[in-house]
Amino acid sequence: MKPEVFDVENADIAWCSGCGNFSILSTLKIVLAELEIDARELVLVSGIGQAGKLPHFLKSHTYNSLHGRSLSPATAIKAVNKDLKVIVTSGDGDMYGEGGNHFMHTIRRNPDITCIVHNNMVYGLTKGQASPTTLRGMRTSFQVEGVSEEPFNPLVVALALDASFVARTFSGDIEHMKETFKSAINHKGFSLVDVFQPCVTFNKINTYQWFKENTYHLEDFHDPTIKMKHLRESWKKINIL
Amino acid sequence: MSEFLFQEDVSIVLCGEAGQGIQTIESILIQSVKLGGYHVCSTKEYMSRVRGGENSTEIRVSSKRICAYVNRIDILIAISKGAIYHLKERISNDTIIIGDDETLKLVEKEDVIKIPFLKTAEYIGGPIFANVIAAGVISRILNIDKEIFNECITAMFERKGEKILKGDLKAGEEGYKVGENILKSGKIKIEIEKNPKIRDELLLDGTEVVGMGCIAGGCRFMASYPMTPSSTLQVFIAKYGGEFDIIFEQSEDEIAAINMGIGAFYAGARALVATSGSGFALMEEGVGLSRINETPLVIYVGQRPGPAVGLPTRTSQEDLDLTLYGHGETPKIIFAPGNLEDAFHLSQRAFNIADKYQIPVFILSDQYFADIYYNLPSIYLKSVEIEHHIVKTDENYKRYELTDDGISPRGIPGFGDGLVVVDPHEHDEEGHITEDQNLRTKMVEKRIKKLDGIKKDSIPPELIGSIDYSILVVGWGSTYGIIKEALDNLKREDIAFLYFKQVYPLHDSTKKYLDKANKTIIFENNVESQFANLIKLQTDFIIDKNVLKYNGRPFSVEEVTESLKSFMEVF
Repeated sequence: MKPEVFDVENADIAWCSGCGNFSILSTLKIVLAELEIDARELVLVSGIGQAGKLPHFLKSHTYNSLHGRSLSPATAIKAVNKDLKVIVTSGDGDMYGEGGNHFMHTIRRNPDITCIVHNNMVYGLTKGQASPTTLRGMRTSFQVEGVSEEPFNPLVVALALDASFVARTFSGDIEHMKETFKSAINHKGFSLVDVFQPCVTFNKINTYQWFKENTYHLEDFHDPTIKMKHLRESWKKINIL
Repeated sequence: MSEFLFQEDVSIVLCGEAGQGIQTIESILIQSVKLGGYHVCSTKEYMSRVRGGENSTEIRVSSKRICAYVNRIDILIAISKGAIYHLKERISNDTIIIGDDETLKLVEKEDVIKIPFLKTAEYIGGPIFANVIAAGVISRILNIDKEIFNECITAMFERKGEKILKGDLKAGEEGYKVGENILKSGKIKIEIEKNPKIRDELLLDGTEVVGMGCIAGGCRFMASYPMTPSSTLQVFIAKYGGEFDIIFEQSEDEIAAINMGIGAFYAGARALVATSGSGFALMEEGVGLSRINETPLVIYVGQRPGPAVGLPTRTSQEDLDLTLYGHGETPKIIFAPGNLEDAFHLSQRAFNIADKYQIPVFILSDQYFADIYYNLPSIYLKSVEIEHHIVKTDENYKRYELTDDGISPRGIPGFGDGLVVVDPHEHDEEGHITEDQNLRTKMVEKRIKKLDGIKKDSIPPELIGSIDYSILVVGWGSTYGIIKEALDNLKREDIAFLYFKQVYPLHDSTKKYLDKANKTIIFENNVESQFANLIKLQTDFIIDKNVLKYNGRPFSVEEVTESLKSFMEVF
């Protein structure tokens, strides 16, 4: 199967040139093709934000939901028809802010869905306000004196809730992202993939260069006995799991 | 002490603290009254607490079919010390009080029958048996065969083990002895006519019939968050869902519940959510989603007084406006059943009609109606049908295809070769985001066009009483039984009752009925007369008098009767 089968004809792509979303989209298409997933058995569910538009650019059944409300319908769709492959695409504001409560409780429910969060550490669609994962000190139009809160750490929360699959990758590391998506989609149960992704328009701090310099690969991540080590590693602000 | 004679109807009220088992006696008594051949109707009021306070249940026993609350108390079974104070406004010279001699020690009223309930219970095995003794007393006074009563006791306590069952049977026997003595003393005499046919009738409450209607409507998924008075419906589906292959999920909040419901309907399972007041306010965002992505959903709203927490366990008709309005403009349907048959059929219909028009359909109930029990001969099932409105898609399928009637055939993922794309933005025919102004206009018109069909399918109001009326009483939803009985009491040819079971959109006949009356009066459990306002908005008709009650309690038959009498005197 070729990734092009998932192309949407005449799609009016709404992302800025250089946006990390492009490689997430193209990698997801490659992975779906390699896994030979039929578009007719695939439901992409999203919320609102730049990441939430992804399903409109990937040929599949699509349930574009409300802001923060992608996991609830995704859970229900999978419960109603277990033959469907259900993948959620969301952003850091959508998933960890507006959808935070659903994030926690969906992990507890552990439905067989994959949740890909495009984490660019800023709000894009509403033009540059802090997101739950924005680093302290960053100045925005709302946080005029700089962000004062500690950033939300989705990996720590997911691990603490005993999520069955937790991963982080980077949109600039295509091979790693591809393998991570593949494992996540093949995982039976709830799989969280937090994807670091630069916002070229509104985040001048966490750039491609910055991510390259501040991320590293975790070894032996398949060993289930090292959850505590992962937890400790996750406490460090930046890493690839 | 005078003699109390009841020939047509007796109103028995049980009152005690939360945790004293009032509900258990209610369940036993209503069953044995029905099996004994009487018509029965019970209503309850309770406080928002797990222990203490005062709760009461009214059980009416009658020779006629009844389904309404009366203010009058003929026999009060006072189980707690606070019962007399709690019900002081309803206790009259015509009320006879039965209670434990200790509980009623300080009550100085002539018509009090003091019985050593607690001592007898202690003798049997503990204070928990006191309630069953009281139930036995009532059952004996009502001349119900002891075998029937024992049948009900067994059904209730069998699962609790032999020891408890034995104790309860003994307690019932003691109650029968006390009842026998009361009858012998001549203080109470009941000559209400029995009809053995009633034995085989159904005895259901306003929640169970909705649940049965939903199941008959093909409901296959329910997600909800507990909130009085809608929790009982959630319990019903959770309990019986397994037998009917229904997924039930308690969600983390009402927002998740409604989003799960819409997701389920999208994937092919007819879905239901249930909520109340502020929980429903949380769902409003999801209602908007259902309206623009044109995915059906059935929403049960058990109304209670608000705003916010309000009176959690009380009744009201305050959420019509919240149900009716919302952001954006697309059609919806609101049902408000007032009797058990309608509650069943409307709940069943809600799923078909939601599916047909791809819209949210609301079932508006309230605490009073959710908790009312009464017997009915049967529920007519021949007309019940699950309509199928899902199409098999082909590869050219467009979810929001523009059509003449505004209905775009609805496909579901995995059924056919097409892709089903739904979207909360304004979208094109395929379901992708658009900001094209012409397409926006077409899509708005497409959605609103569905209203034409919806209006044709709307259910007319039901006229009860003389067709040659000059005075028309208007009511909607749960006030049905109360207004109907008040009209029966008045026995007048010039008055009729127009009962609305679909409150939106209004049936075209509404104005004709209203115009025919010389004078009109409406009863509503709210302060703004929300339904009268809706009638004015939709028909330009102004109702002459609005009788409004908003203290969290239902209207009583007496209240409505008196209001109507004084209304007729003025005109």
